[in-house]
Amino acid sequence: MLQSINQNWFSNIRGDVLSGLVVALALIPEAIAFSIIAGVDPRVGLYASFCIAVVIAFVGGRPGMISAATGAMALLMVTLVREHGLQYLLAATLLCGLLQIGAGYLRLGSLMRFVSRSVVTGFVNALAILIFMAQLPELTDVTWHVYAMTAAGLGIIYLFPYVPKLGKVLPSPLVCILSMTAVAMYFGLDIRTVADMGDLPDTLPVFLWPEVPLTFETLAIIFPYSAALAVVGLLESLMTATIVDDLTDTGSDKNRECKGQGVSNIVSGLFGGMAGCAMIGQSVINVKSGGRTRLSTLIAGVVLLLMVVFLSDWVGQIPMAALVAVMIMVSIGTFSWDSLRNLKRYPLSTNIVMVVTVVVVVFTHNLAYGVLAGVLLAAMFFANKVGHYLHIGSELDAACNQRTYRVVGQVFFSSSDKFTGAFDFKEALGKVTIDLSRAHFWDITAVAALDKVVIKFRREGTEVEVLGLNEASATIVDRFGVHDKPEAIDKLMSH
Amino acid sequence: MTHVMACIDGSPQAAAVCDCSAWASKRLDAPLTLLHVLDRQQYPVSGDLSGIIGLGSREFLLQELATLDEKRAKLALEEGRMMLDSARQRAISAGVAQPECRQRHGDLVESLRDLQDETRLLVIGRQGEDSGDAIQHIGSQLENVIRTMQRPILVAPADFSAPQSVMLAFDGSATSRKGVEMLAGSPLFKGMPIHLVMVAADTADNQAQLENARGVLTAAGFNVEIAIRAGEVEPTLHAYQAEHGIDLLVMGAYGHSRIRQFFVGSTTTNMIRTTSTPLLLLR
Repeated sequence: MLQSINQNWFSNIRGDVLSGLVVALALIPEAIAFSIIAGVDPRVGLYASFCIAVVIAFVGGRPGMISAATGAMALLMVTLVREHGLQYLLAATLLCGLLQIGAGYLRLGSLMRFVSRSVVTGFVNALAILIFMAQLPELTDVTWHVYAMTAAGLGIIYLFPYVPKLGKVLPSPLVCILSMTAVAMYFGLDIRTVADMGDLPDTLPVFLWPEVPLTFETLAIIFPYSAALAVVGLLESLMTATIVDDLTDTGSDKNRECKGQGVSNIVSGLFGGMAGCAMIGQSVINVKSGGRTRLSTLIAGVVLLLMVVFLSDWVGQIPMAALVAVMIMVSIGTFSWDSLRNLKRYPLSTNIVMVVTVVVVVFTHNLAYGVLAGVLLAAMFFANKVGHYLHIGSELDAACNQRTYRVVGQVFFSSSDKFTGAFDFKEALGKVTIDLSRAHFWDITAVAALDKVVIKFRREGTEVEVLGLNEASATIVDRFGVHDKPEAIDKLMSH
Repeated sequence: MTHVMACIDGSPQAAAVCDCSAWASKRLDAPLTLLHVLDRQQYPVSGDLSGIIGLGSREFLLQELATLDEKRAKLALEEGRMMLDSARQRAISAGVAQPECRQRHGDLVESLRDLQDETRLLVIGRQGEDSGDAIQHIGSQLENVIRTMQRPILVAPADFSAPQSVMLAFDGSATSRKGVEMLAGSPLFKGMPIHLVMVAADTADNQAQLENARGVLTAAGFNVEIAIRAGEVEPTLHAYQAEHGIDLLVMGAYGHSRIRQFFVGSTTTNMIRTTSTPLLLLR
């Protein structure tokens, strides 16, 4: 117990403190930018990022992962905020947290195994595209100053790390924001700043219950949003957890992470913050900067709030162009460029799943729909592929005027037509033997197909004998007890 | 439940652990396994603080971290092999027929727990390789190991020489009565004089308990001395030990919870810290 606390918190203090600082600096522009996407004051996103980061540091299942206000979640809230206002958003955040805790207790985290790799890639790419698209309003109908500053900002971000010595110790997004703010203030440029986008925090967050009527109508309004938030939040968090697992070569507790996301969203909602989840980009930055334990997440949250509360006058001066530059970096870093290169290498079905996931998300602005479409499509392609594993051979015994069909492979909804089509009903025979002892009947469709074949033969006046049906149809039963008895699966596959 | 498991690392204690386990393995006539655990948590993490992610950052970072880990792991694997090899040579020259070497990845405590079923006796040094030179210091993982293992643990001192006499710290508790039975049944101390020492008031009840324990050991063929001393547990035991030139101490370990230990302190920890002879801890 003591040792695991030590391991989870204090095994890498130097790396965690430094990376926590780097992440806190990067979280500020993101939290502001995502609040603006959702249509609320920057304060809401900043409080959310603080609450979520601090709470998840204690209750999360993946040490070293960064959670805060995110773009994926912000995009889902836009209409709720526009039509019903901030208080309903806070209520929806609370409900979203409850749903996520429920999902944790129901162990829905294990459902992630149905989300294939191409869907994950599609999700990540779609997220990057959405973050990028959300920056476009800041870049339309503006003076040339904004374009120049955004370009200069991107230049600083990507080139500053090459400056000897300083480049490796100062986070370049911070350098970008500081220098762009200095330029804007020095020349007194009339461009949009963070202060123009709404209130910044001037105090620590305080506890407040959302001011919404506790009625069924309220529930009916917020439930669809909460459900979508809960699903997208868990999806992104679990995907990010997997990415951090891979990067650090350590394990995480996915169900604990679900519950942790729920708890942190509830706390966020009660302290005037919006819903959030794990952040792919920030988590990668954290690992890259040397963060490994829960301490890095905690430091990121605390430093974020301290900086914003005590420097709010200065934060208000940051030109939006500098934030846009940082967010463009985040979207570029989030996008999986490997996936473009892999398009040539991977099979078409995999590519279709990835592209459909991206397209559905970009059109609906809802990552949940994209993942649903991707998962369904992937399942269909899989069923189609497995359906090919069916071979039906036959031999004629001319002396007795009878034919034996041997069925080998998988018979289920997707291959039942192929199964039916393999029998020659036109052939005039006295007797047909169908040997199923090396086939697997997976569902009712398969049984129905067999019935059809038998009836057709009988109508032609052919006697039908079916061999090995019991073994073949053993797979129809929903539970084989495979989990309790490893030999059950051997028995099932051996015949 | 058959092997003598010796924890070998790069610390100065490794040689003593090796000698100590070779001795125990011969006494018990049990096969000796030399174990080295590669714990990646001990590797330092270096970070790039530029705070940016660019084209293919994630893929690149994974490559980079994997390459770094690969290099370190290869090196550590090689170093571990060398430690085990020299420990093996040492054990063979000490007369152990076929010491077995094992290397495992993971956390020390977890690895030992996984191997618990095949462990009869665990031999471990007082300090690990990260502990530095402080004489009175006990290794950071030792207490966790002792609390986790359900097997006897022999804590090796800095220098080991084969013990000639044994002292059992007896307190009349169920644990120490069980300890007496374990000693009686084990070939580890066959033929050595055993001192049963109780640090308590000299009452008839305590005398009876000691006599009782002596009976068990005498029946098993041991030459037993008994003594009751009053005073603080630790100094009294040390004084008795010095007086009679005893070179191995047997005691029950961590009878109390961590919470009590936090407030009251632990006799076991203090004994491990202050003793200069091998210490056999019974769970």
